[in-house]
Amino acid sequence: MDTVTANTRPDLRVSIGGLELANPVMTASGTFGYAQEFSNLLDLDQLGGIIVKGISLEPRPGNPPPRIVETACGMLNAIGLENVGVDRFIKEKMVWLAKLASPLVVNILGDSVEEYGEIARRLDQVEGISGLEINISCPNVKKGGVAFGTVPTMAAEVTKVVRRVTELPLIVKLSPNVTNIVEMAKAVEGAGADAVSLINTLIGMAIDAKSRRPKLANIIGGLSGPAIKPVALRMVYQVAGSVKIPVIGIGGISCADDAVEFLLAGATAIQVGTANFYEPAVTIQIIQGMEDYLRQQGETSIRDIIGTVRTGAEV
Amino acid sequence: MFSVVKTDIRQIEPYSLVAFFMSEFQENCPIETITRSASDVVCITVLASQIARTACPGQFVMVRVGNGYDPLLRRPFSIHACDQKNNSISLLFKVVGQGTAMLAALAPDDSLDLIGPLGKGFSFGNTPACLVGGGMGIAPLYFLASELAARESTNDHHILLGARNREELAPFVDQFSGLGFAVQTATDDGSLGHHGFVPDLLDAITPFAGTIYTCGPHPMMENVVRKCSQLSLPCQVSLETHMACGLGACLGCTVAGKDGYVHVCKQGPVFPASEVKWTL
Repeated sequence: MDTVTANTRPDLRVSIGGLELANPVMTASGTFGYAQEFSNLLDLDQLGGIIVKGISLEPRPGNPPPRIVETACGMLNAIGLENVGVDRFIKEKMVWLAKLASPLVVNILGDSVEEYGEIARRLDQVEGISGLEINISCPNVKKGGVAFGTVPTMAAEVTKVVRRVTELPLIVKLSPNVTNIVEMAKAVEGAGADAVSLINTLIGMAIDAKSRRPKLANIIGGLSGPAIKPVALRMVYQVAGSVKIPVIGIGGISCADDAVEFLLAGATAIQVGTANFYEPAVTIQIIQGMEDYLRQQGETSIRDIIGTVRTGAEV
Repeated sequence: MFSVVKTDIRQIEPYSLVAFFMSEFQENCPIETITRSASDVVCITVLASQIARTACPGQFVMVRVGNGYDPLLRRPFSIHACDQKNNSISLLFKVVGQGTAMLAALAPDDSLDLIGPLGKGFSFGNTPACLVGGGMGIAPLYFLASELAARESTNDHHILLGARNREELAPFVDQFSGLGFAVQTATDDGSLGHHGFVPDLLDAITPFAGTIYTCGPHPMMENVVRKCSQLSLPCQVSLETHMACGLGACLGCTVAGKDGYVHVCKQGPVFPASEVKWTL
């Protein structure tokens, strides 16, 4: 092993199914707007990748307020996928986004398999888009509202349809609200996904005891933040051990140590979500902290630590 | 950064004009003074040179509380006062929960991590001005009043302030009087000024042909807006909601607008009353 001196810059480059990242740190969809919102507070070009807010075929107004509530070490949200729709996204947001140096991944969502396919088709040739992430946590309206992400055959079908219309690197974002997430990962891998990202939010609820009312207008919402990290880490560990495609770890990552833990569990890259809200430049701190970690561990490349959690009797 | 801009800025609609010039900063701000009144109202003054230089009345900052994960999210606070000469801003709040209790326990030499100035503040409309504040909603109106006092004679304007009782209201009255304004007051218990609610005071100043600026509890503002619409007076309201980021990213701070949802952090917190949906 090479000796790493304090002056050597460790190699942070990783590859996600054809997506070459300068470092493994990306921003999670829905927590970073369309990136421009953060442009005064951090250098976006230093990010490994940017994943912008989920885009649907038609604009969506989102859910009635209140939409968010803070919980112990986390928050619940029921934003309702408010977004400008794919056409306005291309026309209004891409002009600015295309100028960024970091790879841009667009998160897509739909009510039907056909909608996913149509959005992917419209985004396919747009300049400045480096990849797509499919949000399968949405209800399939045509199949009685069962979430695509909870039935392996439905998740595979969405993946196949999108795969057919684009050659862009394809990430499928998995929902943790399933009995067996490994089964979901295998299903989308078999359907042509280049990578899986996990986890999306855990479904939760908060009630105001005094008024006896739910704290969210939508009654239930998605839990995110440090509170969900152990669940996410476990799922990443299980999935990474069962699929051949790269895994992107998401769930409560708030500092470099958190990010490193996900890599040790088998993730090739990570996404930072809720932490962007309260510490807009946290991703930059995580990138710097990862370099420090590698120096301390005497490693030259971040790739050498992926999946190296010591679970056996190694010394 | 803006080399491609050749647009005549007078042609830009007001919202984009604000977005165009808006720039926020993250600053670690040393606390200069922190005071706590008998009614648990805390005033923190911090050194925040970048924020103080660019802040406008009605804008807010996002405050990090502690450095752990509970509480997790920053809290939005309107800017109560801004002293550009001393590069300081003041935040005023009542201790109501975990976050405000932690902030109240800070001391000079501690520092606050702030992001700001954020959002769209008050815009100066037709004079004279009438400021209508209730409870802690009075906080941002003081910054507005300071700017008014710096611009023109304080004689023409009306300051109407209300709170639950004298203990809560008196410190505000002193502040606004200090700027040279005559202040009219209302308290829920009648211990200072009119026994009743602050919107009642609007009746005494009519006929009035100017702009109303209001901030306070939602039912109070609704009353103010109702009176303004009856009198066809322009009214600006400062709204408060839960927010995760304050930057327009989380889309959590939604309220119902005239045509669909609006986001308090970016399109507000100050809105023309006509752009917000009220149950009048």
